[in-house]
Parts: sequence; structure tokens; C-alpha cells
Amino acid sequence: MPSLCDLLNDRFSAIAKKVSGVLPASIALYSTPPERLPELASALKAGGARLMAEWAVDETAFGREFAVYLAFNSGKEFVLLKADIAAQNPSFPSIAGIYPAANRFERQIMSLFGIIALGHPDPRQWIKHEDWPEDAFPLRKSFDASRYLERREATYDWVQATGDGVYEIPVGPVHAGIIEPGHFRFQSVGEDIINLEERLGYVHKGIEKRFESLPILSAYKLAGRVSGDTTVAHAIAYCQALEAVGQTQIPPRAAWIRAVLLELERVANHVSDIGAICNDAAFTFMLYQMSLLRERILKISVSMFGHRLMMDCVIPGGVNADIIPSAAQTIISGLDFVSNEFERLIAIYEGNPSLEDRLYGAGILSPAIATELGVVGFVARASGTPLDARIQMPFAPYDTIVPETPLLRSGDVHARAWVRILEVRESIRLIREFLHGVPQGALSAVCRMPLPGASGFSTVEGWRGEIVYWLQAGDDGTINRCMVRDPSSVNWVALEHAIKGNIVPDFPLCNKSFNQSYSGNDL
Amino acid sequence: MTNSSSSIIVECLQVATVVFLAPLFTGWVRLLKCRAQARTSAGLLQPYRDIYKLFFKEVALAENASWIFRFTPYMVFGATVMAGAIIPVISTRAPLSATADIIALVAIFALARFFSALAGMDAGTAFGGMGSSREMMVASLAEPAMLMSVFTISLVNRSTSLSQMTHVIVNSPIMLRPSLAFALLAFALIAIAETGRIPVDNPATHLELTMIHEAMCLEFSGRHLALIEWAKGIKLLLFASLGIALFAPWGMATGGTLQSLVISYVTLTAKLAVIGVAIVLIETRLAKMRIFRVPEFLGAAFLLATLGMLSYFMLE
Repeated sequence: MPSLCDLLNDRFSAIAKKVSGVLPASIALYSTPPERLPELASALKAGGARLMAEWAVDETAFGREFAVYLAFNSGKEFVLLKADIAAQNPSFPSIAGIYPAANRFERQIMSLFGIIALGHPDPRQWIKHEDWPEDAFPLRKSFDASRYLERREATYDWVQATGDGVYEIPVGPVHAGIIEPGHFRFQSVGEDIINLEERLGYVHKGIEKRFESLPILSAYKLAGRVSGDTTVAHAIAYCQALEAVGQTQIPPRAAWIRAVLLELERVANHVSDIGAICNDAAFTFMLYQMSLLRERILKISVSMFGHRLMMDCVIPGGVNADIIPSAAQTIISGLDFVSNEFERLIAIYEGNPSLEDRLYGAGILSPAIATELGVVGFVARASGTPLDARIQMPFAPYDTIVPETPLLRSGDVHARAWVRILEVRESIRLIREFLHGVPQGALSAVCRMPLPGASGFSTVEGWRGEIVYWLQAGDDGTINRCMVRDPSSVNWVALEHAIKGNIVPDFPLCNKSFNQSYSGNDL
Repeated sequence: MTNSSSSIIVECLQVATVVFLAPLFTGWVRLLKCRAQARTSAGLLQPYRDIYKLFFKEVALAENASWIFRFTPYMVFGATVMAGAIIPVISTRAPLSATADIIALVAIFALARFFSALAGMDAGTAFGGMGSSREMMVASLAEPAMLMSVFTISLVNRSTSLSQMTHVIVNSPIMLRPSLAFALLAFALIAIAETGRIPVDNPATHLELTMIHEAMCLEFSGRHLALIEWAKGIKLLLFASLGIALFAPWGMATGGTLQSLVISYVTLTAKLAVIGVAIVLIETRLAKMRIFRVPEFLGAAFLLATLGMLSYFMLE
């Protein structure tokens, strides 16, 4: 199959012009008139490209108007499309009919930017709830974030189902457990779910707007708080985008330590989630045992790096945590313990038929739907899509010590749990190798200030999956726009599809097997 | 002391025992469960504290809840205590026991369940209706199986009166009967379903969508919830006691003498402690089954009970 760049250069050179402006240089950026977007999107889709993200930018600070960006990926190739859009009655043709993943991205662009996606199948508000004033578009530069907004009375048009015996079950946004808020509305007949509609945005904090008021060199702290359980991966993704746009080389030692932190975060989250999945099938034993293992890892983290979740350990230009040889030994012996206990528990997981009966065949996300929706991370890998940003856009040491990505095709709850079990084993192996090979040297380099208007793109494999950052520098060390795409933004919708045909009491189990972030999605 | 007045005292003692010791049994099961999962438990007495706390909490009523909703907690609690007067727990000689047999007992539990299901639907929430529908599905399968299982024991003991049946067993030598073995297995499965334990229902979950019994009771609060929770504890104790009375009543008092009562309490405590361990072993080892496996589960109970009855005619 020809590369995406070849495709655009050969067949669409008249409408897609290669331009510069995005770093690192391996990312290709093409400029196109907005009306040609659907044509290009169709061609790219036919060429095997996956839509990673779609976002809008207000470029009035640089004397331009608005712009819509699309990020595509195929294998190790990343292509960005940019369409300039007039600020007066801004609009562009929707590509949601071509890429289902664009559906929510474009709803978000419409809600937060007021740029209309023409022909969009579902133009309801998304993330920004309907009680906002209709003309308030918070991500435009003309919007004053400190302004008081009048609350408006309005209702959301839920999907309705009619017919004999159909009833609705509204769940949330406030749930009984200590989790984040989100609303789920089921239409069901008896116990069979015929439709699930998610409504998110209850934790919309305006993170992307907040980035724009922070100095570009210190905003990594905010990135580390996009989704608290993924603080390391988000911070790395932000810092890599910043280092790319500022053309800063980080010391090798810093990169290796970043990788150790990233894998530790993965192990800690995977371990406790495997227990939580079992708990939703009332197999409580596993939850407590796995929680103990997570706690063990967090205790190592707090003693080594001063924070249980390793917040703010990754900084622009490097890291602010060191691993001295004796510390490496502590981590390794802690991991030996975790690894042994983990294997003992997995033997119980495998040997319990009552658990097996619940996990196998529940909440199936078929490989075809998974590809169509463009899901990422362990959700994709459990449904036959081999995506892994550690391989697709590797940073040292992943370029030399290559992770083995597990791949299953059944797409059920068990597959999602099992992929994570395999990843725990792999991550522990990786950490051991990384600790063995950490090069000597400095922990950080001075991060250079980027040029105004230049942008950096990065993608990092967090434990949920691929995290994407696109960072555009503003004048005087400010941020003009920081686009955050948590894996949850593309994976949440997959739950709506996986749940169809399941029964109501199996929903919590299916939901837990996805365990997407509300905060990362709502921003 | 006359015979009848002593049996009235025994009856009162039994009801008081059932009502006030039920939270202790719940506490025992929870304590063991915590230990089995390497957790620190809240202590044996936590269920008492919970009930006490709830009695002082405000009752939040749904605006469109009718009298059924307010009446149900008292109905459920009353019916459960009533059942506690019928089942021989500490003595086979309870006067009320003679007025109601095993069929009446099943009906009393059904009455409490009927009102719970109505109350679940009364508040008009989606969860309540869902819980009621599931509870009735379980009940419609559990009740016939329960009758079948107990009838097997009735055949063996030639009576449907619980005290009579227990009396016969206590006074007959221990012998292994295949029919009773089948009936015991069936009864154990039914008791798990009736008391809402894992693998049928999860009494400790916060996941509304997976609940059976709890979903029905979600809207209760304050003293109403206290009564519902208390009744649930009593029901667990009663099913354990019923199992003891039907299958292993040895040690239970047949008269009203102080000595026999003391022996009765000691043996009851020991048996309940063992049953608590059994519950925890089951609950720790098993995940909750998918809800549509419950009919198969109760179907198996019915089949076992039928086999018990057949084996009585064929082998005994």
C-alpha cells in the first residue's frame, strides 16, 4: 500500500499543498481548501488511514483566521491536514459520514468554537452543555474566560425509542461508586439493551482554554492533571510536543527514566483495573488482592519519586526524578514481589469457571467496528487492531528495546482484561531492561523557547492507549492552542456499540472493561 | 410453672433471639468475609450500629410514593418476625409453631416479597421496577423448588408442621437418607437465592444495574431502610435456622427446661458459626452468575428436590 504522503502527492497535489509548520519534521502537514476535506478524507480512508483527531484553532493572533486540523495515521506515518476557515460564519463540510470518529470531534468543534460542520448527522451540543448561552464559544480568542455567564434553560434531545415494552433506564451522572460523573441512558426491552446513549461533559473544566493562559514552559503541570490516573503519559506527551516545537534534544538518561515511569504507571493501573473488573462480577477477592499490588507500586513511587502517582516528575527538557542504582534495585525487588503475586492471582483468574462464565462473550466489540470507530489502546488490541504509539512513534529506549504488543481478536470483556494481563507482564519485563540499561548523563536539558505560530505534535502510549498533543506556541512564551486528545475521546463511543445485545446487569462489567476517563474526554 | 406458660416464655425468648441476634449473624458473615479477603473488618457489631444510625436518619419519600411504600417496611419486618415465631430455632415446642406449617411459612415470605415488589414499583424509578421484576422472576422459581424440597422432608417425617418434623428428627437416631441428602442440596441452593447471596445476588454491591433485591429497596431511607435491612438480616438467620431445624436439629430443646435451653443455644451458635463459614467460602470462591443463569440454577434445585422425593419412594 502506498504511503499516505505519496497518495496525497500523486493524486491530490492540486488541492493538498505540503507546507511546513509542524514539528517534528517526520510529521507531514498539508494545507487544503475546506471544501475539499471530504474528498481527501475519503481518499485517505481508502488508503488505510485512521483518523486520530480533528480540532479547530483560532489563529487570529497571527493575523490569520480560524483553521481546522485533522490528524491521520497509518503504521509509522503521521499526516496532518489543515484547512483555513473564514472567521465570519465559519463552516466546513463534515467528514463524520466518512470517519465515525469525527462525529464527536466535530460536535466539539461546533460547540466550543462555533465552527459549523455542514451536513453533520448529529449537530447536538457536545461537552458544552445546553445551559450555556448559545453564542458563547469558549475556545475562540474573543471569549473572555473570566466573564460570568447567564445560565440558560434548555433540554438535551435524547435519542428516543418507542414500541411495546421498551423502557428507559437513566443512570447517572452521579454514580453510587466513587467514580467520575457521566450519564448513560438505556433503552431496553426486559433485560435486553437495544440502545445505549452516553452523555459526557459533566467534568468539563475548560482545560484547553486554561492552557492558553499559562506560560508554555510550565503548562506541563496542567497536562499532568488532565486525567489523574495517566499523569505521567500526559506530561510526557505535552513535553514531547513542546520539545519538538522548541527543537530541544533531551538527554538519553531522561528519556530512559521517562520510559520507566510510563511503564510503572501502566502496571499500577492495569493491575488494579483487572481486580476491579472481577469485582464487578462480584468476585471481590481479586479486587482487594490486586489493590494491594497497586499499593505496593505506589509506595515504591512515593519513596523513589516523592509522589504516589509520579505527578510532575516529567518536566520540559527531561525529568525531575533520578533513579540511582540502589533505587533501581528497590524497584526491581518490588516488581519481583508484584510479579510473583500477580502470577498467583492470574492462575486463580484463569481457574475460576464462574468468573470465566461472566467475562467470556460479554460486551463484544468486533474487529470491524473497532477499526471503523478508530479505537486505540488496549480496547483496540483486544479487538484485533495492533496500535501502539510506543512502536509507531517510539522515543528512546523504545527504539532499541521494542515492546511486544499483545493482540486478541475476540473483543469481549475477557479479551480486554487479558490484553492488560499480558501488558503487565511485558511492562515488568521492559522496566527491568530499562533499569539495567539506563545511560549515564544529565537529567534534563534547557528547553528552548519555540517560535510563535510553530506547532509540535506528539503521541504517547499511556495505559489507556494513544494520547495525542498538538501544541501551538503563541507570542512571548505563551500557548496559542493546546489540543489534548485522550484515548477516551475515541474509545468512549465504542462502549455504546459493545453493549448492544447484552443485558442490563452486564453493563457495569462491560463499562469497567473499557474504563475510560471522563476527565480526559471532557477536558 | 405450667406447661403452657413455659412454652409461651420459650416462644418469646425465641422471637427475641431471632430479632436481636440476627444483626450479629450478619456481622459474623461480614467479618469472616473481610478476613477471607485480607481486609480489616468493621467488627461484629457493625450491623447494629448501621441499624441504630438509620433509625435516626430522616426519611426521604418520593413525591408520588403511595401508602404502600410507607407501609411496606413494617409489613416486611412484621412478616419476617412472624416467620421467626414459626420456625423452630431454639425449641421444637413453640406454641405458634403449631398454628402454621411449612406452606404457611412459604406464604408469609411470599407476602413480604409481594409488598417489597409493589413498593419497588411504587416510587416510579427505573431501578425499582427492574428490581421488582427480577425479584419476582427469582421468586417464581424458588418457591416451588422450596416447597418440593420441604415436602420431601415432610414425607420422611409424616407432617408439614415444622415443629413436628423437627421433633421427629431430634428424637430419631441419626441415619443417612438419600432423600434428605438431595433435599438438603436443593434447600442450600434455594436459600442462597432467597436470601440474595452470591452467586445469585450480591448484597454488598453499589452497582444499581446488577442488583436484584437491593434495587427494589433503593428508595427506602431512614427508619424504613433500617427495618428493611434488619428484616434482611433476620431472613438470613431464619434460612440458616430452617436448614438447621430440617436437617441437623440435634441439640435443640424439646422442652422448656433451663438446661435444655442452654444446650440449645450453645449448639445453635456453633451451627450458625459453621454456616457463616460455608457462606463465606461460597461467596469468596464464586463470581456472581449472569442473571439468566439463575433459572438454570433454581431449575437444578427443583430437580434435586424432585430426585429427593423420588428416592424416598424408591429407596426408603
